[in-house]
Amino acid sequence: MSDTGHSATAGPGAVARAHPNYVMVWAILLALLVVSILGPMIGIFWVTLITAFVVAVIKALMVAAYFMHLNVERTYIKYLLFTILILMLVLFAGVAPDVMKRAGKNWEHVPATPGAVEPPRH
Amino acid sequence: MAHIPLAATRSVTGIPAGRLAMWWVLASEIVIFGGLLASYVMLRLQHPDWGDEASHTSTVAGAFNTFVLLTSSLFAVLGHRAAEHGDGPRAARFLWMTVGGGAVFMLVKAFEYTFEITHGFTLFRSVFWSFYFAATGLHGLHVVAGMVAMGLVAVGARRGECLHRVELVGIYWHFVDVVWIFLFPLLYLAK
Repeated sequence: MSDTGHSATAGPGAVARAHPNYVMVWAILLALLVVSILGPMIGIFWVTLITAFVVAVIKALMVAAYFMHLNVERTYIKYLLFTILILMLVLFAGVAPDVMKRAGKNWEHVPATPGAVEPPRH
Repeated sequence: MAHIPLAATRSVTGIPAGRLAMWWVLASEIVIFGGLLASYVMLRLQHPDWGDEASHTSTVAGAFNTFVLLTSSLFAVLGHRAAEHGDGPRAARFLWMTVGGGAVFMLVKAFEYTFEITHGFTLFRSVFWSFYFAATGLHGLHVVAGMVAMGLVAVGARRGECLHRVELVGIYWHFVDVVWIFLFPLLYLAK
């Protein structure tokens, strides 16, 4: 780091950062990996859900925060990522009812049958 | 005299142009992988029988590859720290170690694909396997792209040139790691 508070390599606008203990972060990530592998072996649905998926979210947040330095990144980037994730949620919410529900108000999900002939279009 | 583009020197947001560009790239990547994984989750919740199909994926191989990618991410961030200290050759060494991690990952994936395909689990066997090959294949392409980019950056870093690129290529690599962190439970653990 330079004395001006800028990174020696990142150019103008870069803010000096303190580096955490990366090996410690890596060790915690490996411990979480072991938890995510052992959890589903118990065979209980909720345990699998928590150990496989909640732990995955924690691991992803740790990588983003400490390895990608999102914890010290400018707010602009956090808003950018938050917006994209909200758009993903909107996509999911918009499509999921058609895919996951069998029927709704005035409509029914009719699965395609093999060999069915499409009716002529007028 | 080398010409430095204006965009590389100004910083309206307070973020260096290269790093800002990289985050925008990753934002678009989130849409690509997010759409794919959201589609998978929607269908997976509708089809509990996909658990039987998923039982044929190798948890050991998936776990080992998770370990490899997490370790390669450690090398990438250590390379970034070395670059910030102005130590180009050390940063280059860490980058090459990261590339090595990517190579091991792809090697394991190649063995997995070979085993699965020779046992009849092909792209068109079922929707689960279509998702499996699409998601892991797309991810694998990103790993290869990251390896190539990292190799190019490492060549420059060894000479002490453009050391800020070490951080940029590292951010990309960590994102590839994050994607795999979600693929692993979805395709290997939920059986």
